[in-house]
Amino acid sequence: MSAPFLWILLPILFSGILWIPRNQRVVVLLGCALVFFLTLAAWLLPIEAALQIGSFSFKLGSSIDFLGRYLILTSSDRPFLALVYGSVFLWFIALAALNLSRRLVPLGLVITSLMVASLAVEPYLYAVLFIQMAVLLAIPLLAPIGTRPGRGLMRFLIFQTLAIPFFLFSGWLLTGIEANSGNLVLILQAGILLGLGFIFLLAIFPFYSWIPLLTEEASPLTVGFILWIFPTTGMFFGLGLIDQYTWLRNLTNLPTILTGAGVLMVASGGLLAAFQRHLGRIMGYAVIVETGYSLLAIGLGEKTGLSLFYFLLVPRCLSLITWSLALAIIKENTPSLTLNDIQGHGRTYPFAAAGVVLANLSFASLPLLAGFPGHQALWEVLSRQSLGFTLWILLGNLGLFAGAIRTLIAFSKAQEGTLWKASENWFQRILLSLSWAALTILGLFPQWAQLLWTKLPAMFEHLIQ
Amino acid sequence: MIVVLNVFTVLLTILTTTGLLLYRDWRYSLGFLAAQYLVVFWLCQAHWPISMAAVKLVTGWMACAALGITQLSISRPTDAEETSWPQGRLFRLFSAGLILVVTYALANSASSWLGLSLPAAWASLILIGMGLLHLGITAQPFRVILGLLTVLSGFEILYAAVEGSVLVAALLAAVNLGLALIGAYFLYANPLEETR
Repeated sequence: MSAPFLWILLPILFSGILWIPRNQRVVVLLGCALVFFLTLAAWLLPIEAALQIGSFSFKLGSSIDFLGRYLILTSSDRPFLALVYGSVFLWFIALAALNLSRRLVPLGLVITSLMVASLAVEPYLYAVLFIQMAVLLAIPLLAPIGTRPGRGLMRFLIFQTLAIPFFLFSGWLLTGIEANSGNLVLILQAGILLGLGFIFLLAIFPFYSWIPLLTEEASPLTVGFILWIFPTTGMFFGLGLIDQYTWLRNLTNLPTILTGAGVLMVASGGLLAAFQRHLGRIMGYAVIVETGYSLLAIGLGEKTGLSLFYFLLVPRCLSLITWSLALAIIKENTPSLTLNDIQGHGRTYPFAAAGVVLANLSFASLPLLAGFPGHQALWEVLSRQSLGFTLWILLGNLGLFAGAIRTLIAFSKAQEGTLWKASENWFQRILLSLSWAALTILGLFPQWAQLLWTKLPAMFEHLIQ
Repeated sequence: MIVVLNVFTVLLTILTTTGLLLYRDWRYSLGFLAAQYLVVFWLCQAHWPISMAAVKLVTGWMACAALGITQLSISRPTDAEETSWPQGRLFRLFSAGLILVVTYALANSASSWLGLSLPAAWASLILIGMGLLHLGITAQPFRVILGLLTVLSGFEILYAAVEGSVLVAALLAAVNLGLALIGAYFLYANPLEETR
């Protein structure tokens, strides 16, 4: 057996089986069991090294031939696989709290596998085609039958599709650069095309308008999953390119561009979040802010910047799961997620309301919550480079904080005499309580998350030198 | 003869893309789209073997068939006007004219950069430009899919000149078909919105 079969093809094959059971609990149980097994395998199984268990010897190969090209997963990719499948496990657990698992679990598995395949395929230009397949599969997830596909969904489809030409053309130019590494014109052209590709792929300013629209239109939990998997793997795809191509690593303007884009996204996303009247849109802008933080961390470069990039992954995932789950629970029982419609829900859905506010505050870097340690470290490094940029970042964070306060006020505006009554079911209460605990524990002991990402830098051997 | 045919393909491109922009009836739109794939086939076969270029034609027509069959199978209520984009034919015609002028200006440099003939470069840029214009002025899922397929068609002509990989061609064909299926899904998922 080979690693790409185990972590790419097996989930795709298994997702076919998951369409058969009609019982949602069976689907979510099978899905969770598979991703848990894949996480454990990524944690424990060595690749390209014999594993001896008694008289039984077992070796996991690193590559498979796929239509004349290769899917390669090496030992250094194992922490990433563990992180991705471990996070998917948490998303699937959250799904069990709602009636979405029948669609989301099988499609989510295929989307995850395709995104992993996009990082494993050689040469890289095929990656974008795998990503596009994942985008197409995400459409039925975001717009179930009977719902009107909204503008956000259309823009998501358009912008992700428009990324394809830029990546494919840059792939063609890169072969030219390999043959003639001193050609500055080619380098400039390839750099511009790659940049444009990533602007569309990662929804970088100004092409992020689909995110708040989508978070307003679709189910918060499905959008949350999409907004976690696409930017996360997209960032790793970008880091892989920077690691692979020396000319890209040596581009003198790259850190400035990344830092500038990051600051613009944090500041604009945060400030716009402060003026939203829909909880889904506030979450959308928070995701934009987080993408900005990731760009900023990569732009800071060297070991510190990259460590901060990895450091932010776990708190972001936890906060987004909490926020999406809590919003999804509230959305099931209200006409919409506007501030007017959720007034007083703090008393009827206290667990979900607290989840929304805590996750929002974690994104806004409130001390003692999961988001704070990583963001604070980033501000510290950034302030040594540019105080102006740091002030803009803080302004963006203030915007997110204002969004959280407005949400809290709306949740608290209950009519006189409204009694406290938790309308969430027991499973939802347990999940939300665990997620609050996780957000607080990661805020108090941020070093514990280090266990999860400490081996991630090995994926990019040139970047850590 | 080849030169005449190349010029003819440019004229066909102008006709089909402008037609897609002006006519709102889905039957006309799919007819124009199908004709567009003839252009793609003809311009790709200049760089690829005919059998490989035929993949573009077959895929394109399969996409049209998927969209057409879905349109036929759904109920057809009264015409619904799109509210979010300019309705005037004159406006659309004027925008199309602007795209033609701009793409002609760019075609020369694209032609020399990628080693394409001028008609091929112009035709592909017209497809990309008109597709983007289409995407910019519509919010209807069916028309968004037509716009995306048009943009990708133009790109595929340009890309055929520089990349002859069978796998890339296959994956791009899969993307085209996937987009058509998503279009069909949109029609099926929300038939009342897709009527024209």
